[in-house]
Amino acid sequence: MHPSKRVGIAMAVSLCALWLTGSATARELTVTAWGGSSQAAQKKIYYEAFSAKSGVKLLEDSWSGGIGLLRTKVQGGNANWDVVQVEADEAVLGCDEGLFEKLDWTMLGGKDSFIKGAATDCAVGSVVWTTGLVYDGNRFKDGPKTWADFWDVAKFPGKRTMRKGAKYTLESALMADGVAPADVYKVLRTPAGVDRAFKKLDELKPHIVWWTAGSQPPQLLASGEVVMGDAYFSRVLAANKADGRNFKVVWPASVYAIDFWVILKGSPNKAQAMQLVTFMTRPENQKQFPPLALQGITSIEAGKQIDAAVVPSIPTSPDNLRVALPLDVEFWVDNTDQLNQRFNAWASK
Amino acid sequence: MDGWTSAARGEVAWRQVFRFYCGLVFVFLVLPIAVIVPLSFNAGSFLTFPMPGLSLRWYEDFFTSPKWLAAVYNSFGIGAATTVLATTLGTTAAIGLMRLKPRARSVLGAVILAPLIVPVVITGVGVYFLYAPLRLTNNYIGLVLAHTVLAIPFVVLTVSASLHNVDGSLLRAAASLGASPVVAFRRVMLPMILPGVVSGAVFAFATSFDEIVMGLFLAGPTQRTLPIQMFNGVREEISPTITAAATLLVLLSIALLVTIEMLRRRSERFSAKARPS
Amino acid sequence: MAGALVAPLLLFLAVNFLLPIALMLFRSVDDPDVRAIMPQTTAALAMWDGRDLPPATVATLMIGELDAARGGADLSRAANRLNYDINGFRSLLLKTARNLPAPGDGDALQALVAVDPRWGQTKTWAAIKRAAGPLTGFFLLGALDLKQSASGDIQSVGAERAIFVKVLGRTLWIGFWVTVLCLALGYPVAYLLATASSRIANLLMILVLLPFWTSLLVRTTAWVVLLQKDGPVNGLLHGIGLIDEPLRLIFNRVGVYVAITHVLLPFMILPLYSVMKGIGPTTMRAAVSLGAHPFLAFARVYLPQTVPGITAGTLLVFISALGYYVTPALIGGADDQMLSTFIAFYTNETTNWGMAGALGGILLVITALLYAVYGRLAGRAGPGWA
Repeated sequence: MHPSKRVGIAMAVSLCALWLTGSATARELTVTAWGGSSQAAQKKIYYEAFSAKSGVKLLEDSWSGGIGLLRTKVQGGNANWDVVQVEADEAVLGCDEGLFEKLDWTMLGGKDSFIKGAATDCAVGSVVWTTGLVYDGNRFKDGPKTWADFWDVAKFPGKRTMRKGAKYTLESALMADGVAPADVYKVLRTPAGVDRAFKKLDELKPHIVWWTAGSQPPQLLASGEVVMGDAYFSRVLAANKADGRNFKVVWPASVYAIDFWVILKGSPNKAQAMQLVTFMTRPENQKQFPPLALQGITSIEAGKQIDAAVVPSIPTSPDNLRVALPLDVEFWVDNTDQLNQRFNAWASK
Repeated sequence: MDGWTSAARGEVAWRQVFRFYCGLVFVFLVLPIAVIVPLSFNAGSFLTFPMPGLSLRWYEDFFTSPKWLAAVYNSFGIGAATTVLATTLGTTAAIGLMRLKPRARSVLGAVILAPLIVPVVITGVGVYFLYAPLRLTNNYIGLVLAHTVLAIPFVVLTVSASLHNVDGSLLRAAASLGASPVVAFRRVMLPMILPGVVSGAVFAFATSFDEIVMGLFLAGPTQRTLPIQMFNGVREEISPTITAAATLLVLLSIALLVTIEMLRRRSERFSAKARPS
Repeated sequence: MAGALVAPLLLFLAVNFLLPIALMLFRSVDDPDVRAIMPQTTAALAMWDGRDLPPATVATLMIGELDAARGGADLSRAANRLNYDINGFRSLLLKTARNLPAPGDGDALQALVAVDPRWGQTKTWAAIKRAAGPLTGFFLLGALDLKQSASGDIQSVGAERAIFVKVLGRTLWIGFWVTVLCLALGYPVAYLLATASSRIANLLMILVLLPFWTSLLVRTTAWVVLLQKDGPVNGLLHGIGLIDEPLRLIFNRVGVYVAITHVLLPFMILPLYSVMKGIGPTTMRAAVSLGAHPFLAFARVYLPQTVPGITAGTLLVFISALGYYVTPALIGGADDQMLSTFIAFYTNETTNWGMAGALGGILLVITALLYAVYGRLAGRAGPGWA
């Protein structure tokens, strides 16, 4: 081999080694949320403001959920996240399993300063979001108003899109079958109620396009592939503002749920993480979130200070909260495995 | 009309059908890119036709966001390292496998294929539990090793296939003329199996370049790869920036491959001139 | 010599793959969670015949052990394990642990029934007995749509929940058709690439490799745009008068076949190409010049020489197709889910790693069996690698 070639190879190898191990330094405080425009909003009003105020450098990451990933990170050790935004069932399962640190509620201002269901020992509510009936207002002048209308393919012809899974779908089916929102989970807790929901779904089955990622339904609605759907409201409402669409959301036919901030067990930056969570749940900071993301918030005080113009568009304004169905997290933690299995058996028929 | 010309005509017709069929397959291969490129100039934020207007906003987003540029850098680095490691390990193993008895070859072959069979989520969790205590998470080494595991079956299988047509007598001839095994490999065997090795390397790179699950488990915020960045926020929206990123990557790959092709042709011309006729 | 060449790779795989995978797959038969918090209760239940309710002494033992485990992470893990067996067992156990009857207050079993009537059912106790560990067949049975009844015999889970055998069959079926499609589309293209002048072949090769540069999400998104009701493909078919009504091309099996075939086609073309590149044109020419019809010469002379490429390509495509789940999830219908969807669900969404390991293990075993059969067939037909 030519000597210069050998030197070149040696240089390349050492450069590679340098690049491969370059990141093995002490870890900075890391916050992980769900990406997209909602995390962009969080970055603007929470992360950057926190860094500026406290001088703590903050790394951000994003994920798409999955308690299994958190369990792996915590039990495997060497976890690379500190503060994570999780969905409600992840908050319950993870807290029970000891994956999260207990929160310091005196720093957070007490559990009473948050809306119902947004405060647990190791999780504090971050945002409130809604999924429910949406349709294109340019297609129907007098559009669907209830889940029963959603099922009425004679009056509102065209495909519908629903989430490929049991969650939200069974609730909608029961409400379409005449069950009052307040009784939905009572009925679903009985075997007969589950049968009833699947039977109602049978009626609509040929007209459903199933979605997996929440990004799909607005896209399907925009392209005209479906005429209505069960979708996350915030993205649909944002499209009206940003793309001049005329999408309508139906609050009485919606389910809302809370996302939470948690701190992963064994975080090396626990004290800073607690400061960050406190900062992100302070009323004066939280109240800036709804206008940017069109999602609700959890601090009662912040709720009173929200810009009046966006109040009709967010899940936590009193009018919307009154008519919508709160997701029963306990029910889904208990039943996800088996109802999901049954849903797939049903879908295969 | 005599028989000879009609046979030739038949052959010409068959050749036309064959070319038309291949043309359709090529259309199928590039069809998705054909819709992605125009959509990357869409002024609206939904990926649908008709487009409300034209704009460069998604390209602006790509170039002004440090996350996208870092993801491109990470993906190329991890992909290149994976390609080198997987191609080296896989090619040597494939050559060794050829010399084993059929039964041993078959059993070892199953072991080597296994990373392709076991769903990546399971491998992801398992590998995390192994790598975390060794501090191989949150850095490039762990990701490269994990991607190499996934890429190896592609290299071994592709190289093995091309080894079948290697004429063993040529190697024996080289050895009897006094060539060392290494020289015989480089001068005699490698040129014959090169298409297979290159195909394997391409697969290794592609495997790493489009891998998301291992990345989710093993990467830290500073090692995010392109596919992870693309799935960012998919719970609510698909950012049309992914179409801009894809268009740029396609352009880059065309530029790279065309450059390689030009260089190859030039060196061919030179060597043709240099050779005394 | 041969051993020394294979050894580095085997060592690499043993450390980075076989070891972690073995530990994960072991979870499909490992059952430590309930035993961990109730060692005495499970030991006592082992003696119980499962016909009537267990004796009150068992209830007393369980109350004591639940009291000790209260509030800990181990209790939650045991509760989740029992919940996999009976819906709602998780909250039953957690609720019981929160409201434990005081020890020594009359009949302990009746006291438990007072907390929740489900403690008065034999199936509740049978579930604890089944979860006693240390090893279990529960997950493997579940992965085959089977369960063990209270009296111990094995039966079907019932039509309502039976899904995995069907999904496994569907996964293999989709893999088979994708492989057939890739071979049918890929073989002629590989032949064209291998026989064209290098100038043209290299340019066409760029087209084959282009899909690699667009990530998974981009490709699936593109197929949705292309194949949807008002999309360009339907528009074209309508424009040339082939159809009146738009065809359903997406969110069903057609979409799944199109998208997966598109992703995997290069994995068929390149191995075929690299083998065809090594076949000289002379043998074919010789056969034709000796008077063989070109088709016959192709079938008798050329095709057998490409068998190694066919073997490698079909193996790569088939096995890769089995593992796809993001693509079918995003563009398939509800009855197009493949097995990996469920494995990802149990791994990531519900942490039922026993079930994930069982499904993954079964997929591994079945694929290995198919591989062995295929090796025999390919070995007979030609010098196949397998």
